[in-house]
Amino acid sequence: MTGEYIRKARSLVKPSFLGALALLGGLSPAAADALAQGAGSYRIAPNSSIRFHVGQVAGAGINGSFGSFGGSFAINGNDVSKSSVAFTLYPKSVRAGEPRVEDFLRSNAVFDVAEHPQITFRSTSVRRIGPNEAAISGVLTARGRSGPAKFDARLRQLGSRSISFHVTGSIYRTAYGMGVGAPIYSNVVQFDMVLNGTRR
Amino acid sequence: MSRNRDVSFGLTAILLHWTIAALFLGELVLGFWMTRVKDMALQFELIQWHKSFGLLVLVLAVLRILWRIVAGRPPALPTLSRLERASAATVQALLLAATILVPLAGWALVSASTLRIPTLLFGQVLIPHLPLIPSGHAEAFWSRGHALLAYGSAVLVLAHTAAALGHHFLLRDDVLRRILPLPTRDPLARVGDYGEQR
Repeated sequence: MTGEYIRKARSLVKPSFLGALALLGGLSPAAADALAQGAGSYRIAPNSSIRFHVGQVAGAGINGSFGSFGGSFAINGNDVSKSSVAFTLYPKSVRAGEPRVEDFLRSNAVFDVAEHPQITFRSTSVRRIGPNEAAISGVLTARGRSGPAKFDARLRQLGSRSISFHVTGSIYRTAYGMGVGAPIYSNVVQFDMVLNGTRR
Repeated sequence: MSRNRDVSFGLTAILLHWTIAALFLGELVLGFWMTRVKDMALQFELIQWHKSFGLLVLVLAVLRILWRIVAGRPPALPTLSRLERASAATVQALLLAATILVPLAGWALVSASTLRIPTLLFGQVLIPHLPLIPSGHAEAFWSRGHALLAYGSAVLVLAHTAAALGHHFLLRDDVLRRILPLPTRDPLARVGDYGEQR
């Protein structure tokens, strides 16, 4: 399922000239610096996708997504490490293919959306780890608990008014009071996201 | 000592009877409670315990049947009428069947559920699903079957308990005493006990 998703995501990629250059080796660092070329402020677009996977003992696990979210990010062209991200997720919008699983996730067993309608991420540092890739560290707050979280963002597409990143990262859910079902269900929630930004 | 004696049940049969009885009754209460509890995290955990204890009942019930085949069982007390013997034997056979069928139906329910929640026996050992095709229809069928068998068993437990208590307190015979680790009142039965101890 993830493979199919990645294939679809790849087929949608229309690399910009800069992006294509950046993906090629042997170019000068300046020409390859697509991240810096994308400098600016962006609003996270609704056509982004937030997918997650929780593994389980002997089985497919839970594959789900969130339909409602928002946020913004700013890319600093002079110093990518000074870029920032603020992201808010509304866990009530969770989809998991089975209504009973969704109700369970919304309940006080997991997200407790009645008491904690938002999950937020605020970056604290951005570190470049490749020509098109950055590691974003920050604070994730869910169910009233905050903890460190880290995501890797890889540039997929750069346009004049938009930018798109493939963002992946893993969260240990027990740290946020969502440990129900372990060890049947993994403690690790793997996120696989496509964040599209539109220039503000 | 552990084999069934002429009048009283042996220690193995007594232990199996009361262990299964306690677990089975606990499962009836747990099953009723867990489906009504509002806290969904608690409900999830209770269901996992219910699955583990249910499988334990199943294993013990199979052992009990094997033990019955190996060790036999003491004959019915001669003081019982033919009708009493027949009704007691029927209820006991149905209860024995229930300790196999109720857990099996629960296992089938878990296996047919579209939730596909694995069973980790007491959080340690993965128990495979039964080879059933999960569907909403199959899950509803086994859910109803498991519940009906459980409620039916509860009625049987009541009848069995009422009969045992009636024999013990009203008729003051050995029907209950011989499945307890107590000496029987019947002197003939004691002879059997003494005979074994020699």
